[in-house]
Amino acid sequence: MNAKVFVTLKKGVLDPQGKAVQHSLGSLGYGNVQDVRLGKYVEIKLDETDKAKVDSQLKEMCEKLLANTVIEDYHYVIE
Amino acid sequence: MRFAVIVFPGSNCDHDCYHAMKHILGQEVDFIWHKEGLFQKKYDGVIIPGGFSYGDYLRTGAIARFSPVMKAVDGFAKGGGLVIGICNGFQILLEAGLLPGAMLRNESLKFICKDVYVKVINEQTPFTRCCNRGDVLRIPIAHAEGNYFADEDTLARLEDNGQVVFKYCDKDGKITSEANPNGSAHNIAGICNETRNVFGMMPHPERCAEAILGNTDGKNILASMLSHSAIFTGACSIRYTDYKQDR
Repeated sequence: MNAKVFVTLKKGVLDPQGKAVQHSLGSLGYGNVQDVRLGKYVEIKLDETDKAKVDSQLKEMCEKLLANTVIEDYHYVIE
Repeated sequence: MRFAVIVFPGSNCDHDCYHAMKHILGQEVDFIWHKEGLFQKKYDGVIIPGGFSYGDYLRTGAIARFSPVMKAVDGFAKGGGLVIGICNGFQILLEAGLLPGAMLRNESLKFICKDVYVKVINEQTPFTRCCNRGDVLRIPIAHAEGNYFADEDTLARLEDNGQVVFKYCDKDGKITSEANPNGSAHNIAGICNETRNVFGMMPHPERCAEAILGNTDGKNILASMLSHSAIFTGACSIRYTDYKQDR
């Protein structure tokens, strides 16, 4: 099974990179860009067919390593 | 006393810490490779040095925190042993949950390498007992992720418990946003845990601990660890006198 994990800074945590990209998009003429948040995208390939097991494993992986839940939120998609 | 300097792949201040503790302060020091799951000797203090452990992959300190040696460090800390994390060492302690909060990219998005001023907020710790409350120390920083973050409740708890040890300030000791190099919450430059035995700071005391380098302010912090043990009671005032003379 394949999983796509998305890690982003929590709402309320200042994202200076996002702000810089937002500013840059604004100066390129995209005046309607209201907010930009940067994050991480992780692709994981698992030798597993049990979706429930993959789900609980991914949650554990995110909590333990992939995200720092003090500052980051995560979500994932299993395919 | 005997100190352990932990070495991860990518540590680059390990030799500076070794030099400061061994040659400046005259203590026994061993390098401990991160693969060691157990300390082979009895240590009075553990130093997690600065650098770029595991290339800062994923997040600073995120991978190092799972190295086998961190089990030993965790046990040592929980047993009351003195642990100081400097720069990347601080980041590792945060990731390991031995200190609260997390590090964000510097507000400027730049790697900043320069001398900054920090104010001693709590001198009643094993890492600052050679300082006076309100002392202003000049110590270099060298980091891109030193923007300390914690939620409001955690920040309030840190302040109330006296766990905020250093704050960035100007040279007169004023804690202002202009004197905050990286955007850290509450100008925080260093914090300790509730029991005061685990401490992390972003500035590098080991880089300013001898007169030949033109600054000895950092020696105060490293020497403070010597006075923690009962055997070394009194060492602090001696070191402090040295320190004053150095200036």
